[in-house]
Amino acid sequence: MTLTTAAPELASTIEPTPPKPPRAKKPKMTVGRFFAWVALGGVMLVTLIPFYWMLRTSFSTTLSLGSDPSSLLPVDFTFGAYERVLGLATPEEALAEGGSGASINFWAYLRNSLIVATVTTVGQVLFCSMAAYSFARLQWKGRDLVFAAFIAALMVPPIFTTIPNFVTIRELGLLNTYAGIILPTLLMTPFAVFFLRQFFLGISREVEEAAIIDGAGPIRRFFQVILPLGSAPIATLAILTYITSWNEYFWPQLVGRDEEVRVLTVALGVFRSQSPQGGPDWAGLMAATLIAALPILILFVFMGRRVINSIGYSGTK
Amino acid sequence: MSAPTTERPRVGRQTPSGLVPPKKPLISLKGRESLAAWGFVLPALIGFIAFFVWPALSGLYYSFTDFDLLSDPEFIGFDNYTRLLGDPLFWNAMGTTAYYVLINIGLQTVLALGIAVLMHRLTQSMVIRGVVMLPYLIANVIAALVWFYMFDFQFGIVNEVINATGLDRVAFFGESEWAIPTVALINVWRHMGYTALLIFAGLQTIPKEVYEAGAIDGGSELRMFRSITLPLLRPVLAMVLVVTVTGSFQLFDTIAVTTQGGPVNSTRVINYYIFDMAFNRFDFGYGSAMAFALFVFLAVFTYIQLRLTRANKSDLG
Repeated sequence: MTLTTAAPELASTIEPTPPKPPRAKKPKMTVGRFFAWVALGGVMLVTLIPFYWMLRTSFSTTLSLGSDPSSLLPVDFTFGAYERVLGLATPEEALAEGGSGASINFWAYLRNSLIVATVTTVGQVLFCSMAAYSFARLQWKGRDLVFAAFIAALMVPPIFTTIPNFVTIRELGLLNTYAGIILPTLLMTPFAVFFLRQFFLGISREVEEAAIIDGAGPIRRFFQVILPLGSAPIATLAILTYITSWNEYFWPQLVGRDEEVRVLTVALGVFRSQSPQGGPDWAGLMAATLIAALPILILFVFMGRRVINSIGYSGTK
Repeated sequence: MSAPTTERPRVGRQTPSGLVPPKKPLISLKGRESLAAWGFVLPALIGFIAFFVWPALSGLYYSFTDFDLLSDPEFIGFDNYTRLLGDPLFWNAMGTTAYYVLINIGLQTVLALGIAVLMHRLTQSMVIRGVVMLPYLIANVIAALVWFYMFDFQFGIVNEVINATGLDRVAFFGESEWAIPTVALINVWRHMGYTALLIFAGLQTIPKEVYEAGAIDGGSELRMFRSITLPLLRPVLAMVLVVTVTGSFQLFDTIAVTTQGGPVNSTRVINYYIFDMAFNRFDFGYGSAMAFALFVFLAVFTYIQLRLTRANKSDLG
């Protein structure tokens, strides 16, 4: 028999799908419930308005925005802002619509963000799965002590370790390199190890014991039992790591300001500070923010359920 | 081909010593396990030591030195700490941060609790939960830029609305008394939905029967919220508070892309001041001392919070 055949049945022991609430008869629409729905609707509206405003502004012409700042529809509709941001417009065209005329290397920033987030995610998820397996399932001297130390690191404010980390990266000569941006979170974050360990503890031991009888060593058991059975939490962690890495601003703006390695968040900060006071290119800025957020929004549309379901245990620890 | 059955001979939990291996391995099975265990944890351990332990120790050391990055750190004893005690800007930064945390957490927790209860009583919809979480997924930088535009004095929609109602326009980022509340509001917008989902997850652990019993006793929704939801939710709320308060103290990104500490130091929160001291004025020693002081402050603060809220004790049962 192979180990993988047992996987589908046992997978349910890891991430139990919450029992579907029985479709009770529709509760009566009382006055109270009506106002409760109105309140919830209001929350949705406040949540979504800024997104709409990004969209509306990004399709406007910056120079015309001032004439009708409260228009609910794009003012003087144009794709110009996107063309400017993506480098498809000539400087003359850009200036005519209120852009700065300076070239924006958006594709390079997008590439940099993709590289940084992808490498960070792959490394962190792999190495943290390995560590989590060791903490959850293997016996070794000092295990609980090392794990406690990992958890204690959750308490340290990032700024405290950032200063010496900057010194380290500088001494390694890695300022303004991908390695410099990626390295501190490539191998582990305390949260990732903690998150996965909790799940690996819950994986049924019987399958692993069966593997031991088949003579599988720890390495084979990790790849053939733990990884397949733990694929759901691992995928969840990967999404969370990717989003965090994509959105990170503080560290990359310290060690990766150079054009060649500048990620999107840093580029947006620079874009904003370069705008001449009084007349920022709002349409261009909103187009840029939308494009920068797009990959995450797409990821969320397809994988959102997983992220939302993970909240109960990841957030409240 | 079948799933492992129960007739399978039971082996010890971790030590397969009850088995006679077909061939005597070179190293004992136990030794092999322990070796593999260290191997698995090694990459994460290297990352942990290099980017958490080492920087924590050297950060502490830098805090006792005069260090400008260009020459070696020079030991100066407690000078940085005595300077800190007498530095009005440090205390201003701590005060500003506390003020921000108060508004941010106060508003956010109340709103999140409201949203969570509304969702809990009205709907299980994944779409609504997804929408509520949306702002949390986009980068701080993006949230800050969108609201920077919406709060703009001349072109911002918020001021357009204010103006339309006959009131005076507000320079949200330009006036000292408005700047921190404005930044706090932006981050309330970004975090309230996520916080609501954390609380929502806690709400779902409250047994349905308690509410049914309450309804039979003729309790109103408000009454049930006061005497069932709040007390049973207390441990969850306490943990959520600890996590969000600690996070709130880390404010940096929003300040960096909007006010950059101004006007007149009114938004120079502690993280921004430390960053400025280290990376703009190259006073790494003093920056490290402030970062360590922040660390100690947060640790004590968290401990007090946990004690006051009795976070680990449940009222259920």
